[in-house]
Amino acid sequence: MLDSAWLFPVIPAVSFLVILFFGKKLPFKGAEVGIASVGAMFLLACVVAAQWIDKVESAGHGSEKGLAALGHSVVAAAEGAKGGGEVEPIVHGFTWWQNGAAKFVVGTRVDGLVVMMLLVVTTISLLVHIYSTAYMHDDRRYTYYYAALSLFTASMLLLVVSANLLQLLVGWELVGLCSFMLIGHWWEEKENSNAALKAFLTTRTGDVGLMIGIIVCFFAANSFDIAKVNAYALSPGADHGLLLVAAVALMFGIMGKSGQFFLHTWLPDAMAGPTPVSALIHAATMVVAGVYLGARVYPVFFNGFSIGTSTFNMMAIVGAVTILIGAALAFVQHDIKKVLAYSTISQLGYMVMALGVGAWSAALFHLFTHAFFKACLFLGAGSISHSATHHSFDMREMGGLRKKMPVTFWTFMIATLALAGIFPFAGFWSKDEILATAGQGRYDVFVVVGLVGAVMTAAYMTRCVYLTFFGKYRGHHHPHESSPAITVPLVVLAVLSLLAGLLQAAPINVTKFEHWLEPVGGLPELVHPKFDYALATISVALASLAVGAAFFFLFKREESGAFKGLTQRSKVAHAGYTFLEKKYYLDDLYEGVIVAGIKGPIARASYWMNQNVIDGVVNAVGRGTTRAGRFTYGVLDQELVDGAVNDLGRETGSAGGGMTKLQSGQLQRYALLLLASVGLIGLAVYLVNVV
Amino acid sequence: MPINYFLILSAFLFCTGAYGVMARRNSVLVLMSIELMLNAVNLNLVAFSTHLENVSGQVFALFVITIAAAEVGIGLAIVLLIYRNLRSPDLDQVEQLKG
Amino acid sequence: MWAQEVAFWIIAVAMAGAAIGVVRSNNVVHAALFLVVVLAGSAAQYILLLAEFVAWVQVLIYIGAIVVLFLFGVMLTRAPMREEAGKLDNNQRLASGVVALFLFGVLTMFLVDAFHGDEVKFKDSLVQLGSTNNIGNSIFHDYVIPFEVVSMLLLAALVGAVALARRD
Repeated sequence: MLDSAWLFPVIPAVSFLVILFFGKKLPFKGAEVGIASVGAMFLLACVVAAQWIDKVESAGHGSEKGLAALGHSVVAAAEGAKGGGEVEPIVHGFTWWQNGAAKFVVGTRVDGLVVMMLLVVTTISLLVHIYSTAYMHDDRRYTYYYAALSLFTASMLLLVVSANLLQLLVGWELVGLCSFMLIGHWWEEKENSNAALKAFLTTRTGDVGLMIGIIVCFFAANSFDIAKVNAYALSPGADHGLLLVAAVALMFGIMGKSGQFFLHTWLPDAMAGPTPVSALIHAATMVVAGVYLGARVYPVFFNGFSIGTSTFNMMAIVGAVTILIGAALAFVQHDIKKVLAYSTISQLGYMVMALGVGAWSAALFHLFTHAFFKACLFLGAGSISHSATHHSFDMREMGGLRKKMPVTFWTFMIATLALAGIFPFAGFWSKDEILATAGQGRYDVFVVVGLVGAVMTAAYMTRCVYLTFFGKYRGHHHPHESSPAITVPLVVLAVLSLLAGLLQAAPINVTKFEHWLEPVGGLPELVHPKFDYALATISVALASLAVGAAFFFLFKREESGAFKGLTQRSKVAHAGYTFLEKKYYLDDLYEGVIVAGIKGPIARASYWMNQNVIDGVVNAVGRGTTRAGRFTYGVLDQELVDGAVNDLGRETGSAGGGMTKLQSGQLQRYALLLLASVGLIGLAVYLVNVV
Repeated sequence: MPINYFLILSAFLFCTGAYGVMARRNSVLVLMSIELMLNAVNLNLVAFSTHLENVSGQVFALFVITIAAAEVGIGLAIVLLIYRNLRSPDLDQVEQLKG
Repeated sequence: MWAQEVAFWIIAVAMAGAAIGVVRSNNVVHAALFLVVVLAGSAAQYILLLAEFVAWVQVLIYIGAIVVLFLFGVMLTRAPMREEAGKLDNNQRLASGVVALFLFGVLTMFLVDAFHGDEVKFKDSLVQLGSTNNIGNSIFHDYVIPFEVVSMLLLAALVGAVALARRD
C-alpha cells in the first residue's frame, strides 16, 4: 500500500466527478458516493499507517541488531532506534511534461509526516461526511455540497502526498478554491459571498509569497523536489541569504493559509459557510496546510531563520503575536463559531510558534490533537444550532443546554478541556511539549507567551461553555438532542480528544508519535525535550485557575448582576472592549484603504485618500495614542501600520498628479517613453556594473 | 567570424524598427516596423544557436516566426477596425487612452 | 573564412539600407517591398549561419505569407500610393530618431562589452544541427508542449481575426 499513495487524491477526485454528473439521480443524492469514497480513503490511510509503523519498527530493530553485532554501545543502538534514521521515505514519480532541459515531475511521497496528515484528513473528512447527512438535510444544493466536499478531500490529499513543491502548490490552490466554494455555499445572501471572496483574496495575497518562495527554492536547489530542496538547505554550502528570502516568502504563504497575524482576518468571516465545512476546512485540515508546509520544507526555515542559534525569528514572533491577538478577540464574540474561529487562529499560532522555536514534532503533535478537539467543538456548535436554536449561533440565545443535550454537552466539555490543556486530555500533552521544547532553547519569552495564551484559552472557553450550557435557556425554541448521524461523530471525536495525547506522553515513557513521525528524510537536528514537571504543573494550574475564575465571574454575574455594568462603568474596560470588538480595526484598514483603493481609478483613489484616509488616519492615530498606554499592540497597529499607509497615500497622490501630464492618450508617445526609459535603465545598469 | 557582426546588425535592425514604431503615422507601416524588430530577435537567436551549437535557439526562432504570423493577422484586423471606425489608418487619430 | 565575411558584409549593408527604406519611404507599397529585402537578407544570413531549415521557413512564411498579408492590408485601408514627404510620419520624428540612436548606442556598448573576442566557428557538425531532421526531433520531443501551445495560439488568432474584422 505504501507504493500506491497515488490512489489517495485519485479516488475522491473520481467520486467528485461521479457526484457532479450522476449525483442527483442517485437514491441518496450523491452522499453515499462521497461517504463510500472517503470511507475507503480512511481504511487505506489506516493500512498505510499500519505498514508505515511496521516499517519504522522493523527498521529500528534492524539497526539495533546491526549495531549490536558491530559491538557498539547500547547508546548508539538506542539512538538508532529512537531517531529511526534508517527509514527512507517512499517516493514515486514520473515526468509530467518536459520543456527543453526543464523537466516537471509529478509524484507521491510517503513518510511519517504524510502518514500522520493522511490519518487526520481522512478521519475528520469521513466524520464530517457522515455528520453532514443530518446537518445539511433538505439543503438546496445538497448534491453539490457533497461534490465540493469530495473535491476538497481530493485536493487536500494531493497537497499532502505531493513529492514536489509545484504539485503541492496545485493542491494548495485547489483547497483554496474548495474553501471559496463552500464558504459561499449559501451565496444568495450577500454577506456569505462577500466572506467567500474575502477568504479567497486574502489567502491569495499570501499565495504570492508562497509562489515567490517556491521559485526561490527552485533556483537555489535547482529542483522542485522537496527532498532536494531540503537536502540543499541542510548542505553546508547553502546560501544563507537565499534561504532567508525563501523562508520569508514562504512565511507569507503560511500566514495567508493558516490565518496568522496580519492575514488572519478572513478566517472568522469564513464561518459563514456550513458548520461541518468550518470543522473540516477551517479548523482541522485546510488551515493547517500552512503548518504542514512549514514542516515539509523545515530545513529552509530552520537554516533561513537560524532557528536554534538565534533568540528571535519571524516565524516564532508571528506565531506568538497570533496566539495573543486571537485569544484576546475570542473574549468579545457573541457568535459561538467566531469564538471557535479565533481560538483556531490562536492555536495555529501555537503551531507556527512551535515550528519557529525548533519544536518540529511538538508542532505536528499539536496539529494532530487540535484537529480532533477543534473539529469536535465545531461539530458540537453545529449540533446546538441544528437542534436547539434554529440555525443561530448567537450564544445569547443559548444557555442551559446541559440537561437538554447531554451528548453534545459532554463531548463539548471533553473537547474544551482538551483545548484548555487540562491533564490528561490531548491538548495538555501537545501544548506542554511545545512549551517544554521552547524552554529548552533560548526561547523563554515564547514560553511566557505560551503560558499566557493557555490562560486566555482556558478563560474564553469557560465563558463559551458557560454561556452555552449553563444558566437559563434564553432562546425561543425547543431544544432537543440531535440525531445519531450528528452525535456519533461527536462521540468519536471526543474519544480521540481524550486519548490522542497518550501517543506522546513523556512521563510514562511513551514517545510513539515522535518515533513514527520523524523519519521523513532530511531534517535538521531536533531538540527532544525532557518532560518538564514544573512547567506542566504551572500550565495546568494556571489553566485550572483561569477556568475557575472565569466560571466564578460568570456565575456571579448571573446571580447578582454585579459585574454587568463593568464595560459601562469603567472607561478603560469600555475602550478595550470596543477595540477588541472592532478586531483592532484591521478589517477597516483592509476594506477602507486597500479594497477601496483598488476599486476606483487611481486618480480618484488618490483624491479620495487625500480627503478621507489621511484625515481619518490622523484621527485614528490620535485615538490610538490615547489607548497606546493600555494596549501595546495598539501602538503597533496605529502608528506603524497606519503610518505606513498614511505615507503611501500621500506619495500616491503626488505621483498621480505628476503622471497625468504624460497621459496624452497617444500610443506612440507611450512607446517613445518606454523605449527611452529602457535605454536609460540599460545605461544605468552598464554604468553601475562597469564603472 | 566575430559573433558581434551578427549581434550588432541585429541591434541596428531592432532600433530601426523601434524608430518606425515611434515615428510612423500609418498603422500598416507600424506593423511592418514591428516585423523588423521581431526579425532582429530571430537573427540573434539563430546566431547564438550556431555559436553555442545548441538547437534550442533555432527552435525558438521558428516559434517567433509562427507568433509573428499570428500577430500580423490580428494586427491587420485591428487596423481594419480602426480604419472602419475613423475612416483613416493613422494612429495619431487614436487617442481614447487619454487619462 | 574571408568569403563568408565578404558575403556577410554585402548582405548586411543591403539589409541595413532596406531597413531604413522601410521606415523612411514615402510610399507604403515601396515600404513593403523594402521589408521583403530585409527578410530575404535575414534568410541569407541564416544560410550563412548554417541554419538551413529556419532559412527556408523564413522565406516561405515571412516573404510568402506575411508580406502578402501586408499588401492586403495596404489595399484594404486604401493607403496612398504616392504621398508628399513626411505625410506618413507623425510629429515626434526627431525625438524618435534620438531615442532610437541612443538605444542603438547602449545596445552596441553592451554587446561589445560582453562578446568581443567571441568567434562563430563554422564546422561540419553545425550543418547537422540545423537540419530539418534534427529540428523536427527537437520540436516534437523536447518542445512538444510549447508547440501545442503555439498551435492553440494560432487557432485563437484565427478566430480572433475573423471576429474582429467581420462586419455585423
